[in-house]
Amino acid sequence: MPAVSKGDGMRGLAVFISDIRNCKSKEAEIKRINKELANIRSKFKGDKALDGYSKKKYVCKLLFIFLLGHDIDFGHMEAVNLLSSNKYTEKQIGYLFISVLVNSNSELIRLINNAIKNDLSSRNPTFMCLALHCIANVGSREMAEAFASEIPRILVAGDTMDSVKQSAALCLLRLYKTSPDLVLMGEWTSRVVHLLNDQHMGVVTAAISLITCLSQKNPDEFKTCVSLAVSRLSRIVSSASTDLQDYTYYFVPAPWLSCKLLRLLQCYPPPEDGAVKGRLVECLETILNKAQEPPKSKKVQHSNAKNAILFEAISLIIHYDSEPNLLVRACNQLGQFLQHRETNLRYLALESMCTLASSEFSHEAVKTHIETVINALKTERDVSVRQRAADLLYAMCDRSNAKQIVAEMLSYLETADYSIREEMVLKVAILAEKYAVDYSWYVDTILNLIRIAGDYVSEEVWYRVIQIVINRDDVQGYAAKTVFEALQAPACHENMVKVGGYILGEFGNLIAGDPRSSPLVQFNLLHSKFHLCSVPTRALLLSAYIKFINLFPETKATIQEVLRCDSQIRNSDVELQQRAVEYLKLSSIASTDVLATVLEEMPPFPERESSILAKLKKKKGPGAVSVTDLEDSKREGGELNGGSDRGPDSGAMAASNASTPSPSADLLGIRSAAPIGAAPTSAGSLLVDVFSEAGPAAPSAAVNDDGFLRDLEPTETSDSLLVEGSGDSDSAPPSEDPATLLSEADELLNKFVCKNNGVLFENQLLQIGIKSEYRQNLGRMYLFYGNKTSVQFASFTTTPQLNVQTKPVEPLVEGGAQIQQVLNIECLTDFSEAPLLNIKFRYGGALQNLSLKLPVTINKFFQPTEMTSHDFFQRWKQLSLPQQEAQKIFKANHSMDTEVLKAKLLGLGTALLDDVDPNPENYVCAGVIQTKGQQVGCLLRLEPNGQAQMYRLTLRCSKDSVSMRLCELLAQQF
Amino acid sequence: MIKFVLMVNRQGQTRLSRYYDPVELNRRTLLENHVVHCCLSRRKDQCSFVEYKDFKLVYRQYAALYIVVGVTDNENELSVYELVHNFVEVLDKYFSRVSELDIMFNLDRVHIILDEMIQNGHVVETNKSRILAPLTALNKMADG
Repeated sequence: MPAVSKGDGMRGLAVFISDIRNCKSKEAEIKRINKELANIRSKFKGDKALDGYSKKKYVCKLLFIFLLGHDIDFGHMEAVNLLSSNKYTEKQIGYLFISVLVNSNSELIRLINNAIKNDLSSRNPTFMCLALHCIANVGSREMAEAFASEIPRILVAGDTMDSVKQSAALCLLRLYKTSPDLVLMGEWTSRVVHLLNDQHMGVVTAAISLITCLSQKNPDEFKTCVSLAVSRLSRIVSSASTDLQDYTYYFVPAPWLSCKLLRLLQCYPPPEDGAVKGRLVECLETILNKAQEPPKSKKVQHSNAKNAILFEAISLIIHYDSEPNLLVRACNQLGQFLQHRETNLRYLALESMCTLASSEFSHEAVKTHIETVINALKTERDVSVRQRAADLLYAMCDRSNAKQIVAEMLSYLETADYSIREEMVLKVAILAEKYAVDYSWYVDTILNLIRIAGDYVSEEVWYRVIQIVINRDDVQGYAAKTVFEALQAPACHENMVKVGGYILGEFGNLIAGDPRSSPLVQFNLLHSKFHLCSVPTRALLLSAYIKFINLFPETKATIQEVLRCDSQIRNSDVELQQRAVEYLKLSSIASTDVLATVLEEMPPFPERESSILAKLKKKKGPGAVSVTDLEDSKREGGELNGGSDRGPDSGAMAASNASTPSPSADLLGIRSAAPIGAAPTSAGSLLVDVFSEAGPAAPSAAVNDDGFLRDLEPTETSDSLLVEGSGDSDSAPPSEDPATLLSEADELLNKFVCKNNGVLFENQLLQIGIKSEYRQNLGRMYLFYGNKTSVQFASFTTTPQLNVQTKPVEPLVEGGAQIQQVLNIECLTDFSEAPLLNIKFRYGGALQNLSLKLPVTINKFFQPTEMTSHDFFQRWKQLSLPQQEAQKIFKANHSMDTEVLKAKLLGLGTALLDDVDPNPENYVCAGVIQTKGQQVGCLLRLEPNGQAQMYRLTLRCSKDSVSMRLCELLAQQF
Repeated sequence: MIKFVLMVNRQGQTRLSRYYDPVELNRRTLLENHVVHCCLSRRKDQCSFVEYKDFKLVYRQYAALYIVVGVTDNENELSVYELVHNFVEVLDKYFSRVSELDIMFNLDRVHIILDEMIQNGHVVETNKSRILAPLTALNKMADG
């Protein structure tokens, strides 16, 4: 090989590079580069035409400057000019510049394509290679369009030079990746596959990359490559080290090619053909045998190349996962590597064994190496190797060794690198939960985890321990005792305080019998941590305190005193202040019964995938959803609504207003109307809140601190329910099983005349919550079906007895879980019968069948109308036909308190008009009922007689049936 | 698949960079800084494979020069590790005892060699004399 001189004759380039090297500072370097850029720019712009040599020199300099990290925004044209040079070096620099600097949407592509076309047809193999390289590097759509049909021909043509074939294979691969639609392999398939048989090893090496990619996309069409790859591999593996001459690397025949062949085989299941399979197994055995043979060279390159093949073979064995013999041999081989002096081998062996651990055939074999792996975790000097050891321990863990592994991981955590602590914590938490035989061990483990690595214990981990403690009553007492002890430590982690606060607040009573942990001792212990904690923890502690008041009435005075002190009740943090104020008030005005109800023990959490598992998945890759936010918010909800804003309600109204379709819109149009995006109100009371985690619905809902209300966002089933105008003919829909129509259904219905949210129905098994919104003639109703039992409801169906297109709800309702259904309602004309809803499900073996009236009443479609006294009486007089008026005199059933009445009348949906009736005791209202076909104006007058406890109710509407119906409805309300 | 090949010296200066996945210039500089820092800060007895974001780095040190290869998860680390050595041996053969200066002053040649070995992130040729074939032809032309 001739000695190569500096810069090979390009003196200017050498000088420039030397200058750069001699620059003492970054500033000097930038100065020199800017000078050079200016120089080149002027040369390119100059009048004198540059010769090829100069262009090459300047383009080379630009490349060098680019390498140093400076953007190059000129010189492209000069590079393109170089492409048409006949000198290889000039052409090569041109192509190099373009492959490095030109992106696929450059305007120059057309010019470049021309040059490529010329070179491809030049029949000069080196030029063809350069052109193919360039297509492969740029890979733009335009290039694909120009050359996609040409390349396969070049690739398989008999007279193409080997080096050109190599470039063509990679070029085709790139075009296939960027524009698969333009690369039609059909007729070329078999000839491309047969490149595996090519005499030339380089061609095979290049072709495998292409075939691997194509096989992944169209496995069936390329199936034949399996047998060809096996025979090629077999020839290499069984060859003597001298057979392959230049493709032998340190006495290893064709290591890279072997690896690629083994990788290609991993795209397919084990060969079905017995002979092929036998040959392959033989190859794999030979590779495993060779690992045991004495090395042919002491050089590390030899063993590396050999082991590269070995690891790839083991990957294939693991991929097949069907040959127990090979799997166990692979495991033993990796076991040897675990103690190898080469760090690289130990690393790879740990990594590879991790996948072996999940195979049923080799899991036990992997487990035999537990001591070595634990040792690696303790003694490896390289953190990435320790990380692999931790991964492997996690993978090989099962019930038999869980205690040992968890203990080792915990003790390693004390000294673990910061970078891997969080993941370790998650893994310990998952293993502890997964393999917990007795839950006291689990609680101990997690509390240890918080003690050792509190900072790395994410929210998910401590949420999870609380979920488990709440769901398992056998561990609650132990948990309370253990956290109580853990909190005794003078400095304990804030996460410990959170767990402690929560658990003592729920289950402190279980250890209160012991004078050493009497209620006051417990409280004082918690409160001693209070001032060191952050706001969210303090908020949690305040909730624990109010729970204490319920659990231990004797602490009430002490706790009230704490709540009453300025640092709580006037805390600058609004959340803390509000909690203090509300809890103080609650504790002083609520009766013990109310307190006991409000502060009842948390209901069990629905069983679901562990939130920490989800977290680990998220850490490992995108796509895993976080369910934990919901869990958090749910607990907050149960804890007692800390006074969340009721704002979203108005937002909801505005949104629904905007989505009202024009009267001419077709009926189905409402399905596509913009969804009502804002949250339902919180007026659904605590009962609904307890159930308010959205069950299977949309765990992606954005949740923030007060987000438990937003969990109810309607994202699941959106059923369109068209409320047919019920003339008398079709008003009473036949119920399949009228017997189950509950007698008190009408009472239930009456509850909802003046309000939109609440619990519609509740029995031993099922609770149905309802939230609804109305705007003009449209309504949307959210039904929440909560399973009160711990048993799954199967075949859960709900059928509104109406003209509907219903998408079914989730057929299964897990114990304790809740599902929701959305009904879109349009009022076509006025009606008097409420629509029915049939609910069927299997609980245990028994079929449950329920019929309920949906609380959709005509008044829901009221639009309030403000008017003056004058207008009111003018219209009142206009509606003077006898059938337009409906009147009823009835006894008061409820409180006649002014505010209560006003609230009811407003809830009715009409406008409550002041100063209209000459008698201030009377109430008058006005509104318009919106149906699809018409608007019905309604005027109402309610005259209470306090002495007689009687009312007189008068309605005048532009449609007589509406007067009747409203009168009936309202008479039940007062 | 190979994502990029970097050659950097101990001062962290890039001497060669070839990307097989398009990366914007400003992100390149950042990536190179990170990657170099990542590899240079490691001791000799640490393993040559580093997990970096969603891919892996395979690096090998030759005197003051580090060669760092970014590979996707499914690449065989040891084979890439030896590919680096093969590349260096080819350079050594061509430049007869290659040094950092040779690489700086003959960037175009180094690129030709690398392009013969790796195309589009895949190994295409490992035979030394075939890798050097275009350059040998070139030198003959220059001589003749």
